[in-house]
Amino acid sequence: MNPEQSEDQSGRPIGRRVFLGTLGLGALGVVAAPTLQRGMESLLGGVAGQDPTGLTGLLPNGGGFRYYSVAASVPHRTAADYRLTVDGLVDHPRSYTLAELRALPQTRLVKDVQCVTGWRVPGTPFEGVRLSRLLDAAGVRSSARAVRFTCFDGTYSESLTLDQAGRPDVLVALRMQDKDIGHDHGGPARLYVAPMYFYKSAKWLSGITVTDRVKPGYWENLGYDVDAWVGRSNGRTDEPTS
Amino acid sequence: MSLRAETPAPPGARVHRFTRAERWVHRGTAALMGVCVVTAAFLYIPQLAVLVGRRELVVRVHQWAGVALPVPVLLGLASRAFRADLRFLNRFGPHDRVWLRAALRRDKRRSSRSAGKFNAGQKVYAAWIAGATLVMLGTGLMMWFTHVTPLMWRTSATFVHDWLALTIGVVLAGHIGMALGDPEARKGLRTGRVSGEWAQREHPLWRP
Repeated sequence: MNPEQSEDQSGRPIGRRVFLGTLGLGALGVVAAPTLQRGMESLLGGVAGQDPTGLTGLLPNGGGFRYYSVAASVPHRTAADYRLTVDGLVDHPRSYTLAELRALPQTRLVKDVQCVTGWRVPGTPFEGVRLSRLLDAAGVRSSARAVRFTCFDGTYSESLTLDQAGRPDVLVALRMQDKDIGHDHGGPARLYVAPMYFYKSAKWLSGITVTDRVKPGYWENLGYDVDAWVGRSNGRTDEPTS
Repeated sequence: MSLRAETPAPPGARVHRFTRAERWVHRGTAALMGVCVVTAAFLYIPQLAVLVGRRELVVRVHQWAGVALPVPVLLGLASRAFRADLRFLNRFGPHDRVWLRAALRRDKRRSSRSAGKFNAGQKVYAAWIAGATLVMLGTGLMMWFTHVTPLMWRTSATFVHDWLALTIGVVLAGHIGMALGDPEARKGLRTGRVSGEWAQREHPLWRP
């Protein structure tokens, strides 16, 4: 072969075709994603159940939860030093230890968890005290309209209207997947708002303050919807979770 | 080996391979890609995410590194040498077909791995990573500016972004692994010059 010929201009423009082909496949992938995603979820969901290494959990849509924290570091709280305060527009402000929360009647719910970024974990059990029970015990005043939640990570916050907070599927959760909630999942106690996107379910819950209006939480100040119903907010059409 | 005998290079002679512009395009792209990969790992792998938290900051760094990723190549277009490289990378001659077929058969004989300034593997890699980068940029922008595109698209974009990220991670590891195995190729990108012997052996059809 002739070296002078084979270099430079004389060959076929395969590079450009590979480049454009990759772009085309990417666009096709976006169009076909809903179908592909369903296939992947069922495939990986099946595999993940029998995968002792846990590596499938690292694959996209491999199932399982992803860890999101907005704070640089989160202090650990144990049964010894955890406190949940209930205050604001209530007649009897008070704080609960973990043991006191555990002594209250527990409610167990098994529903899907849906994150606003797309991942969904099917059939996840949460167990804890109904938020409405804590609010009733505190005696909510007539001027109250909303509830604000603060967290011991020092940064995160959330809000619900009083009507939303009174729903039976809103818990102060102490257990998740039938285990005490570990630190990474927001333990020892987190909010669980079953019908809403998971950012409403604030981790590391430490404060419940009854207020006269909804004060947008951490992500809501960054553009997420305050009324975060699954399938009816944030422009998403996921199947409702509760 | 016979090729070397035909055109003997003086021992120790250095051959000019890359200008300053070409080297900086590679460095800039590599650095930005590195930032994208590392921040992606911290966003994506739970064990790493647990270590750093600060999700909003990490997302911000990832986004800006991603948007800046094509910039070194675009700036490089001002360089005649870089534009010539793009032409070399684009055009596939008969020897490239032989090279690719040999690579598929794991045939490592020199005679079946003939190459010009870039071998066929490098050409395919360059074209693919350029396309993949733009797909990542497009899907990334759809996830970033959620109010510009319908949200249905955003979920789809996330899907493509996640899987392509994984693929790029694997391919990039291969790219880096091959560079680690070839110190003279790395020297070429660091200093701009390679040994005549290496050029003759790895890129016999290249006329510097």
